[in-house]
Amino acid sequence: MTELDNLTEAIVRGDRKEAVRLTQERIDAGDEPKNILAALVKGMDIVGDKFQRQEAWVPEMLIASRAMSQSLALLEPLLVAAGIKPEFTAVVGTVEGDLHDIGKNLVAMMWRGANFHVIDLGTNVPSDKFVEAAREHNADVVGLSALLTTTMPAMKATIEKFREANLPNTKVVIGGAPITMEFAREIGADGFAPDAASAVGLVRELVGKA
Amino acid sequence: MTSFRTLAIENPTQLLFGVSPRPVTTRSGMRIGGGLVYPELNFTLPTMLVTEQTMPEVLRHYTEIVTEATRRAAELEAPGLLLEFEALPPMTENPDWGMDVVHVLLDGIEKGESKYGLKAALRVTPNDTREMIRPPRMRSGALYENMLALFERSAAAGADLLSIESVGGKEVHDEALVSGDLELAIFGLCVMGVRDMRFLWTEITGIARRHGVHPAGDTACGFANTAMVMAEQRLIPRVFAAVIRAVSAVRSLVAYECGAVGPGKDCGYENVFLKAITGCPMAMEGKTASCAHLSPVGNVSAAMADTWSNESVQNVKLLGGMAPICSLETLIYDCRLMNEAIADGPEAARTLRDWMVRSDARFDPQALILTPASAVRVARAIVVAPNPYRAGIAAAREAIAILSDAAAQGACKISDREAVWFDRMTDTLDDLPSDEDAFIERTMAQVDRSTFVAEDYLLAERANA
Repeated sequence: MTELDNLTEAIVRGDRKEAVRLTQERIDAGDEPKNILAALVKGMDIVGDKFQRQEAWVPEMLIASRAMSQSLALLEPLLVAAGIKPEFTAVVGTVEGDLHDIGKNLVAMMWRGANFHVIDLGTNVPSDKFVEAAREHNADVVGLSALLTTTMPAMKATIEKFREANLPNTKVVIGGAPITMEFAREIGADGFAPDAASAVGLVRELVGKA
Repeated sequence: MTSFRTLAIENPTQLLFGVSPRPVTTRSGMRIGGGLVYPELNFTLPTMLVTEQTMPEVLRHYTEIVTEATRRAAELEAPGLLLEFEALPPMTENPDWGMDVVHVLLDGIEKGESKYGLKAALRVTPNDTREMIRPPRMRSGALYENMLALFERSAAAGADLLSIESVGGKEVHDEALVSGDLELAIFGLCVMGVRDMRFLWTEITGIARRHGVHPAGDTACGFANTAMVMAEQRLIPRVFAAVIRAVSAVRSLVAYECGAVGPGKDCGYENVFLKAITGCPMAMEGKTASCAHLSPVGNVSAAMADTWSNESVQNVKLLGGMAPICSLETLIYDCRLMNEAIADGPEAARTLRDWMVRSDARFDPQALILTPASAVRVARAIVVAPNPYRAGIAAAREAIAILSDAAAQGACKISDREAVWFDRMTDTLDDLPSDEDAFIERTMAQVDRSTFVAEDYLLAERANA
């Protein structure tokens, strides 16, 4: 087992102190930042897989995510200096009229864990604000969340705004308890994730860099 | 404020559907908790926006629902019908729209009464729209004022019951659930939640008194039901969700301390604890609410119901008819069965109740915590505690004891992966200070203060400390 494998394991265990210590150790040892980053992302991928197999709870995933964030904070200056950018830039929010944010927060957590740069717009987000944020940050993907049947139409309205805004490189994906693949197709969404863990794979597949 | 220091129902055998020590009588003569279980129908719109332009269509839906519901209730000879209008956020933000719906429903109830002789009543539940801005302003602002306006005008127009699914404390509680953090959950429910409930329910009971209507009750929907749904999706352990349910009773109890009389709001499964404490009648929902959400407590939740609800259903067409009417029919048949058991005497009713309880309790800790025996144990732990904070700890400890004993005896299915949470939660409780002030000081130092306005929770001094 290599030192980077140990780092991956520390993320999987959610052992924040050990993950930070090993990250610093690898930096001091002169390891390539991209290799250290890959070890961190691999840890979160393992946790995500365990979660999908119902072998991990969300609190455990969150602990792993926090360990990753602190390790990443150490690594960030080196990544910037090396010109290594996050894999994707994602904008996420709950659509206008809807205040539910647990599902949206879980998706944001999973995306951050997969080394996406995530801009979280919060809840009750007007469609224009999604478009503005996507344009400003040159987003690869925008995630729309809704829990209420009465706010599902706001997803359609937001997607229409994106089509009018002509941002061909920005994919719009949707999710939430009442959302189905059929609804996603009907309103012209680029993708649908039935749960937070599958939102990572969806984006990697959609944006074509998996 | 009333302080409940003893239980209204000490003996689990007395916790029974359709019967409460303090029944509530509606204007039409429905005596809720007085020996019958009544159907409580809740409904919502199909997928559509609520705007000024769509309001005529919105009102058409509500007119259709109330017309058909009263007709079907009369055809099936229901002893009474409780309708719940749970507003949609735009209807609370624009009280004129909300009142248009209230008038449609009251008019429909009146027509049903004169046409069929049907006893019916309306519960109005404005949304807690205070959370529509972040951080929420809990005690002032247009959202708060409009919410109170819908309460006031509904009461003046003739709604029988006032309820809400209030959200004070949710700002930190969502994080507590996602993190599996029992300490933060107790802070959200028993410190922030309790403080907000005292403020809000003083307002609501004042409105109810002014108009001679019943302040019915609240629910920890945004707290314990969020936990239940997350557990259902295997996001958090079911044992954690069950403990959250027990703790949530401390928060919901405050409505009754402020003067609420029941029936408590349908989605508050913690109502089983509150019925034991207050003796007020309670609305419950279970298997007949699967149109709105799944749950592991479909039968046990009926064991102590005084009104039996479907939670919510969209006004869409099914093979049998429009969904609210299909839902109502199921509710009425459920109630018929319970009422027939009551008519056969207490022993018969208890037999049916015990079947409801046993058929769920061994499968899920969230069902086990709602049994009459568990309800009285948790309720007693709450009333003997010196303050809401300590009551939260006591409720959590009692719930953990009930669940871990059941796991050890094989009386409830609890996996090893979940059972490790008993120690984890107990360790958290052991680490808490016994003094509430010390707890607040400690938690305020750790919590993300950007998510709430400390002064709205009377925590500003702590925030500045």
